[in-house]
Amino acid sequence: MTDKATDGAPQRAGFGAGTAVEPARHSTPIQRLETMMLIRAYEQRLVELQRKGAPGTCTSVGQEACAVGVVAALDGRDRIVTNHRSAGHLVARGADPRRLMAEVLGRVDGYCGGRSGSLHISVRELGVVLTSTIVGGELSLAPGVALAQKMGRGKPGGIVTVFFGDGAACEGIFHEALNLAVQWQLPLLFVCENNQWQAFVHRRETMPDNAIAQWAQGHGLPTATVDGNDVEAVHEVAAQAAQEIRVSGRPRFLELVTYRQRGHFEPDDQAYVDPVELQSWVERDPIRVQRERLLAGDLVDQAGLSAMERRVRDRIEAAVAFAEASPWPAPASLLDHVYA
Amino acid sequence: MTRMTAEQAIHRALREELGRDPSVLVMGEGVATKHRDLVDAFGAMRVRNTPLAEAIIAGTAAGAAASGLRPVIDLLFAPFMAYTMDVLVNSAGKLRYLSGGQFSFPLVAMAMTGTGWCVGGQHNHNLEAMFVQAPGLKVVMPSESEDFLGLLKAAVRDDNPVVFLADLGLLHREGEVPDDGDFIVPIGKAAVRRKGADLTLVSYAKAVGVCLQAAEELQARGISAEVIDLRSLKPLDEEAVLQSVRKTGRLIVVHEASGLCGIAAELAALAATKAFDALRAPVARLTGPDAPAASSWALEQAIVPRSEAVVDAALGMVESSPRTAVAD
Repeated sequence: MTDKATDGAPQRAGFGAGTAVEPARHSTPIQRLETMMLIRAYEQRLVELQRKGAPGTCTSVGQEACAVGVVAALDGRDRIVTNHRSAGHLVARGADPRRLMAEVLGRVDGYCGGRSGSLHISVRELGVVLTSTIVGGELSLAPGVALAQKMGRGKPGGIVTVFFGDGAACEGIFHEALNLAVQWQLPLLFVCENNQWQAFVHRRETMPDNAIAQWAQGHGLPTATVDGNDVEAVHEVAAQAAQEIRVSGRPRFLELVTYRQRGHFEPDDQAYVDPVELQSWVERDPIRVQRERLLAGDLVDQAGLSAMERRVRDRIEAAVAFAEASPWPAPASLLDHVYA
Repeated sequence: MTRMTAEQAIHRALREELGRDPSVLVMGEGVATKHRDLVDAFGAMRVRNTPLAEAIIAGTAAGAAASGLRPVIDLLFAPFMAYTMDVLVNSAGKLRYLSGGQFSFPLVAMAMTGTGWCVGGQHNHNLEAMFVQAPGLKVVMPSESEDFLGLLKAAVRDDNPVVFLADLGLLHREGEVPDDGDFIVPIGKAAVRRKGADLTLVSYAKAVGVCLQAAEELQARGISAEVIDLRSLKPLDEEAVLQSVRKTGRLIVVHEASGLCGIAAELAALAATKAFDALRAPVARLTGPDAPAASSWALEQAIVPRSEAVVDAALGMVESSPRTAVAD
């Protein structure tokens, strides 16, 4: 069913279960804008579906530039370890929104056959491995993926990228993972999406200002801190860090300063959020920033933007139709995959 | 056959599996220090000392296992495994299932536990039942040297995460071990250590010796006890237990771990649900208490099921229930 369908995923070649496929590339600023729009549309559609009874999700609305900027710096040799707020990483890597949507709705055509739901989606053939929804779990697993890479179990020259948030940086495992990656010289790119929120608690309540990159520096890691709402800035530092890791075999650390524009989990009325702070970040929304940059540079015009919006909308509506038509898993399959 | 201690059997298993399969690696606090010959033979990349940080040891093993390696991690003492619970329970145990079977976690998490060294409750805690309750994990706890060898080798070759618990009190005990480099004890198979007809004593690890001693004393009183060594706690060899209980009609389960929701409770439920007709007496459990292990020898030993207690329980059970014609 999924093998036959084509929906024009950006520059994605071939698709088959268990086989490595070339991940999506976002080599131009225009492609990066369209992918951010696709992520936004995908998650907003999930919010609408939740209101009609579908399972809730942890959206990354407002953080799309982090996902697209970093993933655009990776290639088919690389692996990604991510967390519960992973839709951007998955879509940017080239995951099919239809199969993602089917997974969120718990259907058989989802990437994990409906066993994951939104929270732990991994896509082996795209190298998105071991998604953990335990905050910090992604950090516990990533050094081992990188060790396997170092020991020749991946494609030559490949690196591992782990996405986590400021909340995970407050877990003890954050320090254990950084220490091990440095001591064992693992090809690992740490990407902290500092979105200012740790579930329902603001970051300022839990850690000193500017602590995260300093903690990483304390472990001897070279770090870069950038505006996580500027996809071009993110892409530039990520590409540089990835290249340094490929050459040196040693880890690097990025802190992307951004903002979680929606709640922790849908539904969430965000009554605890300072509206002035939220508004200041909405005005610096990553999609708006990139759109205005491209318009100002005459790299895109209104007609071009409208065409992109149409393509994105069509893909997401096709994804909803696909997911809703996908069958439920058979209860008889309940115990499949518990043990090898 | 060669005589060797359980500790030597563990070392031999690691050496043979490292030599057999280049994807095997051994990590932990001091493994490269303890097993210097393995570093020399297989290199520092595959035999690695780690920081004293159990969560990242386990996490690294899980990440590596899902990426094509077969790590064995030595966590030293079982209570330290509390630090590894997230990785073993939430990641290694669940992410195969939650990913729809995209990833496997062929890893072995080893630790020591049990009474005998007076190390107190933060170095001695028989927490095997906690891991039995975690889906996706297998749990083994051998008693004989040959099972330390054969079960560890089977665990390394298994595509599932296996918790391998070594009873402290057995590590320096010697036993006969086959010389075959491919000797394997299949996970999930119990061993009948002594044949008997009047009642069934089921245990594992150090408590097997307690049951064998009790069976000897019972023999002198004319009672024939069958002794089963579970070896694997998950999967449990239910058929081996049921077969014996259907024959003897009487079941006593003995282990050092607390009785609450433990292996003995599970076996009592098993007998009640699947061999109720055969039971001639209520199932008896002799287990440790719901208390941390104390360090004092007197208090530590007070939690160990004694052979005298097993004999008393067996005598009471036989006297209170009619003997079978078959048994006589």
